Amino acid sequence: MTAIAVLRMRDLFAVVMLSGIYSLLSASLFLDLDAVDVAFTEAAVGAGISTLLMLASLKLVGRFENKSRYRPGLALGIVLVTGALLVYGTLDMPHFGLAEAPVHLHVAPRYINDSMAEIGVPNIVTSILASYRGYDTLGETLVIFTAGIGVMSLLLVSRQTKEEYYKKVPADMQQQIILRVVVKILLPLILLFALYVQFHGDYGPGGGFQAGVIFAAGIILYTMLFGLGNSQRLFKRRTMELLTATGVLIYAGVGVACMFMGGNFLDYSVLRHDPVHGQHLGILLVELGVGITVAAVMIVIFFKFTWRTVKHRYK
Amino acid sequence: MNIIGLYNYWIVVLLMMIGFYIVIAHENLIKKLIGLGIFQTSVFFFYISMGKITGGTAPILDEKWQLYSNPLPHVLILTAIVVGIATTAMGLSLVVRIQEAYGSIEESDIQAQDALDQLECSLEAYGIRYAQSLNDQDLNE
Repeated sequence: MTAIAVLRMRDLFAVVMLSGIYSLLSASLFLDLDAVDVAFTEAAVGAGISTLLMLASLKLVGRFENKSRYRPGLALGIVLVTGALLVYGTLDMPHFGLAEAPVHLHVAPRYINDSMAEIGVPNIVTSILASYRGYDTLGETLVIFTAGIGVMSLLLVSRQTKEEYYKKVPADMQQQIILRVVVKILLPLILLFALYVQFHGDYGPGGGFQAGVIFAAGIILYTMLFGLGNSQRLFKRRTMELLTATGVLIYAGVGVACMFMGGNFLDYSVLRHDPVHGQHLGILLVELGVGITVAAVMIVIFFKFTWRTVKHRYK
Repeated sequence: MNIIGLYNYWIVVLLMMIGFYIVIAHENLIKKLIGLGIFQTSVFFFYISMGKITGGTAPILDEKWQLYSNPLPHVLILTAIVVGIATTAMGLSLVVRIQEAYGSIEESDIQAQDALDQLECSLEAYGIRYAQSLNDQDLNE
């Protein structure tokens, strides 16, 4: 339903808000489908950071969509035909919730039955993410890193401009005393929660991706209320740029260390005498790398968008 | 054969088609990105709903439970979500730059401006000055 409302509306502000609600609903649906880790991520990313970034860019490009001149007939036709074909394709698919479906018969039983003995981590999602499919996750961390670099170079604001506007940037929310006090109380808790999610990912839902996003959300909240100047004093541009790379380096470095100690790339069993301990250590380090990169990239992206807004406002 | 058991795929198809429609029918670039987002979540739902087993529980090992949902789709989608936001941010920053260069993020405006530029270039190639620069010369004389 929310998706349809998104389709109809021309006020982009409302559309962005609705897509936030849509994400939150998706998150609860994921929870219902047993995907706790995924629900966690979707709630933090979709309802939090993505909505904020959309709002920041709306500020830059204007709020209203033009009255459309397109002819929806053709598009609607294509969509209906594709949809009908897809539905026809589903007729042979296994039913929802069936335990005998082909998806559940190949690698999944191995993960569920043996991962405790091989990795020693109760959360199967974490052990697959960081160990069985470690290559995949390294690649994905790299994609995030690359996207971060892309945004940095696209929304470059020169140091000159920054210094010029540095004094002028007001803390917009100076008057919002209630918000400021509440955020001051909440901020340490949010950051602590992020660290908990980071290091408890082995035992419960959580891990580097979620922790990174939550950490970044906390910092972004602080930036919104106390101004860019204050938070950039703590998170300097250079430090953040270094941190984005550090995370990926830690991840890849653990892989290389495994090779030096006689194993395969990202085969953590060789890190300690006991393979299970080695796996524990490897997963912890790798998740830390992921967390650092994700958090740093999200914060940097937000800063870049905000600087752009500031630049436009004072032009 | 009871086809009601396939309803999860139909929800996925419906969402996917809504997203697809927004992407091809709307001209506003931000709206297109949001449409892509809806398309993306429909794929997420597809994976996650395939991993669900009726009566199963979340894949965190515990002695109380025997049946777990399939953890593999969860891993794939969890990383896909975070990669998705990073690429969306990239897309948004491209949109911002387009707005700065063209002054608009409506597809038809951008194409019209491009066509005009191209026309100017090809006219110049044939030695014909663009109308405005001709007028300027007239004024100077």
